[in-house]
Amino acid sequence: MDKLVVTIGGLSVLSFIYWFFFGKSKDEIVEVKDNIDVIVDGGYKPAAIKIKKGKTATLRIKRLDTNSCLEEIIIPDFKVKEYLPLNKEVEIKISPNKNGEFNFHCGMNMYHGKIIVE
Amino acid sequence: MERSLSNNNQASQKLSFPIIGMHCASCARLIERQLVRTPGVLSAAVNYGSETASVEYTSDVKEEDLAKAVEGAGYRAILDQRTKDRGQRTSDEIKEEAKKKEIKELKLKVIVSSILSVLIFAGSFPEWITFVPKILSNNIVLFILATPVQFWAGWQFYLATRSGLKNRTASMDTLIAIGTSAAYGYSVWSMIFGGDKYFDTAVIIITLILLGRYLEARAKLHTSDAIRKLLALQAKTARVIRGSTEVDIPIEEVKVGDIIRVRPGEKIPVDGVITEGVSSIDESMVTGESIPVDKTVGNSVIGATINKSGTFLFKATKIGSDTMLARVVKMVAEAQSSKAPIQRLADVVSSYFVPIVLILAVLTFVIWFDFSPISSEAFKHAFTNMVAVLIIACPCALGLATPTAIMVGTGKGAEHGILIKDAESLEIANKIKTIVFDKTGTLTEGKPTVTDVISSQKLNVKSQKLLQLAASLEQGSEHSLAETIIKKTHSLKLKTQKVTNFKAIHGMGIEGEIEGKKYIFGNRALMDKEKINYKNQESRIMNLEEEGKTVMLLALRQAQGKLLGIIAVADTLKASAKDAVAMLQKRKIDVWMVTGDNERTAKAIAREAGINNVLAGVLPNEKASKVNELRIKNNVLSNWDNSKFIKHNTEPVIAFVGDGINDAPALAAADVGIAMGSGTDIAMESAGITLLNRDLNSVVSAIELSKKTLNVIKQNLFWAFGYNIVLIPVAMGVLYPFFGWLLNPAIAAFAMAASSISVVGNSLRLKSVRL
Repeated sequence: MDKLVVTIGGLSVLSFIYWFFFGKSKDEIVEVKDNIDVIVDGGYKPAAIKIKKGKTATLRIKRLDTNSCLEEIIIPDFKVKEYLPLNKEVEIKISPNKNGEFNFHCGMNMYHGKIIVE
Repeated sequence: MERSLSNNNQASQKLSFPIIGMHCASCARLIERQLVRTPGVLSAAVNYGSETASVEYTSDVKEEDLAKAVEGAGYRAILDQRTKDRGQRTSDEIKEEAKKKEIKELKLKVIVSSILSVLIFAGSFPEWITFVPKILSNNIVLFILATPVQFWAGWQFYLATRSGLKNRTASMDTLIAIGTSAAYGYSVWSMIFGGDKYFDTAVIIITLILLGRYLEARAKLHTSDAIRKLLALQAKTARVIRGSTEVDIPIEEVKVGDIIRVRPGEKIPVDGVITEGVSSIDESMVTGESIPVDKTVGNSVIGATINKSGTFLFKATKIGSDTMLARVVKMVAEAQSSKAPIQRLADVVSSYFVPIVLILAVLTFVIWFDFSPISSEAFKHAFTNMVAVLIIACPCALGLATPTAIMVGTGKGAEHGILIKDAESLEIANKIKTIVFDKTGTLTEGKPTVTDVISSQKLNVKSQKLLQLAASLEQGSEHSLAETIIKKTHSLKLKTQKVTNFKAIHGMGIEGEIEGKKYIFGNRALMDKEKINYKNQESRIMNLEEEGKTVMLLALRQAQGKLLGIIAVADTLKASAKDAVAMLQKRKIDVWMVTGDNERTAKAIAREAGINNVLAGVLPNEKASKVNELRIKNNVLSNWDNSKFIKHNTEPVIAFVGDGINDAPALAAADVGIAMGSGTDIAMESAGITLLNRDLNSVVSAIELSKKTLNVIKQNLFWAFGYNIVLIPVAMGVLYPFFGWLLNPAIAAFAMAASSISVVGNSLRLKSVRL
């Protein structure tokens, strides 16, 4: 009986984990005109940013999360690595000249976001 | 600092600049009010977050007025080129402070939780450690001792878990928080209702992981040493001539055009050109060149280098973020934030890693509970193995494997004057199969001298007259050899004559009129074009060319043109050329030389350098297409190899080494562009690797650095993947059926901490690599 309960319970937890991490709806894409505020709190909000090719956009990034993993933002394709002091806005200028999706992430590559250039 | 001009009815300008000293949002309002009150200011906005002011003002407002207004409010405006750096450095300083604070806090937590862990461990196993007081084994005492470790020292794991779950993502902290909470929570349950206790497991895991974080944080501080060291090179003040006096001013206030005095032993504050005096300058800190360089009036000097002997005056030409040092710092910082292609796999794995480990942990629990060989121990086994799986998984090592190696590797390069533009260049430099050297200025010193002046026997024109005519014609030319001939004439104290109707003939030479007579000066092609007969001198010309000299012919251009004489010029091979070429060939790299010289001259120079493959007679604008041709040729060769069942995974990588502006297209066309010498801005921009010194051995060093860095990355990735692939199943208990082995969660914590530290430690090994 115990085994049955544990097995059913275990399978339910497995389905929950799967749904929780892999079943989330896609990030809402936010288009940038000139500048955009990005809040860093348990991830990046918004996490999908659309920028027009050839335009310069300013990301105003503010970290509200004390988690030290999030203290650095890295946008490898634009060669950006910035330290984000807590509760302080940091401006990052980006001028993409190539179409595509460019990921950005925290210093340890655990939190992700993307820049979509069209 | 950014400027823009807007063309309204009244011409206005916009300027944004950083402000120092603000500590609250109301400071920003105060400065805004003060700025707007300044006559001529149309609008002002001060951002407290980014500590900058944006001001729109009419043309009659001076920057000093704005600075005064800000100072009037009790703050400081940074109104010169250094502003950006200043802003960045402040952020760096904040980071440095935050890091130091973090390390201090971690240290305290490690010390306190270590003491408590030892007490809890002793209390949990009274049968092993018999001398401890009995009270330590009391459940309530154990609970009291374990709670601060779990919720004070381990609080950061909960915070991180919370922030991740809000976003439906998980990190390593999630695994630790869940694992230790399970051990702690179950122990509290057992304390009340009876059962096994795991307080020791929970606290030892937290202590070991915090210890790991502490050591890792300290080690990581050193991965960015290179930039810190570069920034520390900068001088703090400059001695500027103002009227008849000399004043020491902060380096941020130096303006382009300022005349600056540098005394022996002092650092040169900014980039510039010597206007008075001579000296010997140690540039090793920027270029990696160990021998001091002699400089005189007209020579350029680099900021942050050290003046060894004489006193001199120089004019500042580049300040703030335009200086060589600032650009080097920027380039290193950019390279360190770029991503090596090899990292992609690790990226994909880490994005699924934590959820998969959570799934494996649950599976471990269920399987052990259902199928444990000893049913009375089923729960105990299931529980400890689940905790062990959660704790041993280490996504951090995967995340740290590549970036730490790239940081240390690029930093190491910068110390030796090897600037790497991005991680990709560093990665592929290791795979170079063909390397093409530009001749002039790269393989050779780029300082040609006149070696032979031979007059045509029939006409018997004096060699001095030949030189004088050639130098007069060359006055208007921009060709690098023109300077050589003019210099030679000056050294013989000969005067040049006036030239009319001057014309440069691309790829051939020049023509012009002196005292009514038409002259032409150039190569054989020019003589052929003008139908000048030089055949009687052909053997002489060939002899000179076989000695590696560039031969130019001077002729009178008239109905029946006559050859007046021959001038030969030679450039000396760099001392390091032969060694560098030999070293490259030893690495089985195909070495080529490209030059505009004719084949005979080119081959003579190539022979001297030990190069067998020569591309001669290549015009400057053809270099890029030659690089592409070589690539196609190599591809054909490698395909041919394929047909013989030799497997080639990658296309052969081709590198181009050059210096001047005309090399930029070839540098960009190659897979790895290597710019030599101090390099022009354009060459630096197009090149993946810039060598700040003129030593050709640096090319070998750059390839060596690439190889060593890539090896470290591979070791790190192998270790990080291998660690997780091997130890997660061990923690799940796969060895139990064969050997009866199970992994204690505390040992899992130790292994996981050691794993991250070993990756960072392995990367730091690159610091001691000999280049």
